[in-house]
Amino acid sequence: MADNFTFELVSPEKLLLSGDAEIVTIPGTEGDMGVQVNHMPVMTSLRPGMVEAKMSDGSDVSFFVAGGFADVAPGGVTVLAEFSLPRAELTREIMDEQIRLAQEAHDSHEDDDEKKANARAYLDQLNHLTPTILPA
Amino acid sequence: MASLKDLRNRIASVKATQKITKAMQMVAAAKLRRAQSAAEAARPYSQRMDAVMANIAAAVGGSDGAPRLLAGTGSDQTHLLIVATAERGLCGGFNSSIARLARDRARDLLTAGKTVKILPVGKKGADVLRSEFGDIMMKAVDLREVKHVGYANAADIAKQVLDQFGTGEFDVATLFYAEFESVISQIPTAQQIIPPEIKETEADTDSASAFYDYEPDENEILNDLLPRNVAVQIFRALLENAASEQGARMSAMDNATRNAGEMIDKLTLTFNRQRQAQITTELIEIIAGAEAL
Repeated sequence: MADNFTFELVSPEKLLLSGDAEIVTIPGTEGDMGVQVNHMPVMTSLRPGMVEAKMSDGSDVSFFVAGGFADVAPGGVTVLAEFSLPRAELTREIMDEQIRLAQEAHDSHEDDDEKKANARAYLDQLNHLTPTILPA
Repeated sequence: MASLKDLRNRIASVKATQKITKAMQMVAAAKLRRAQSAAEAARPYSQRMDAVMANIAAAVGGSDGAPRLLAGTGSDQTHLLIVATAERGLCGGFNSSIARLARDRARDLLTAGKTVKILPVGKKGADVLRSEFGDIMMKAVDLREVKHVGYANAADIAKQVLDQFGTGEFDVATLFYAEFESVISQIPTAQQIIPPEIKETEADTDSASAFYDYEPDENEILNDLLPRNVAVQIFRALLENAASEQGARMSAMDNATRNAGEMIDKLTLTFNRQRQAQITTELIEIIAGAEAL
């Protein structure tokens, strides 16, 4: 089908997903972004959130990503995630660990207001996201 | 001449050694497979990262506003050498060849009047370099407790390096590790990571980057991307190193096993000769005794 494009999700440790997708939703820092075929080339950084895709075989996939980049190029979409897991494998412990790391990063930037603000925003997003993907 | 009992003990001890080296070889082979697949799994990320870096550097590089992590500090007075080696020995020339490369570089830089700082990752490299560069060496990064190198380990090292760069403690950082080529060949490599060497990619980058939209803007993405790239490069080096270490250990232990086998053969031959000589002597004594009667 002509309406598909290559979608790849990679984390530093491995290639998590590679296939043809119809639509991919990316949590960009400046808002969620739905990408379909022939999207204009864009590069965005990610906030913690869910990357969701409808694959060309009709299956839906959903991955948690924490930070990283998405590169929407004419040839396809590549998401470079700092940390990523399929939604099904996500547990409260993992989220707590992520929040703890974010908190540490936040606390370590005592002297740098800009970095502190960024870390703060990151932490807030994580805290905000957790209850929505892991209902108590 | 060693007595028969001595020889017998000697053979037993070499056999025991051979068993150990054989076991180590097999363990290394199993670990190598895992390390290799980890290195392969990590490859797509660093490849994409390189491509993205090349793209964005083409768009931003050259302009005055380029971040220091990309353009450098404008000086190359102070060098940081990050020397990644193994935590354990018994792996042939693996540790010493990386350390030698780093040592030669450090000597060159020192004779050129530069300031050198060394950050060893892994105990073995630190041990080799300490005698000569003990005073300019930082505390070694300890990965002894780490069974499988994860991205988090690399991120920790990267953070330490970046913090020092932020406070202006060095201008250029070079990473030393062994590239895994095959079980018998690991190539000690020096790679400059700050400022990064941008790989030249196909010419289509400029035409593509012209239409690129950046969210937020280029500089902000670049500021986020560059520290990550440092971590990714270190991670890649650590994985390559892990595979190289096991490969080197495997072939070293294979050699050791073979040498032990040769030694056992030689000792067994000596043992048999001596035993026969003894029997012959005893027989001659008996015959001589019988004739004397």
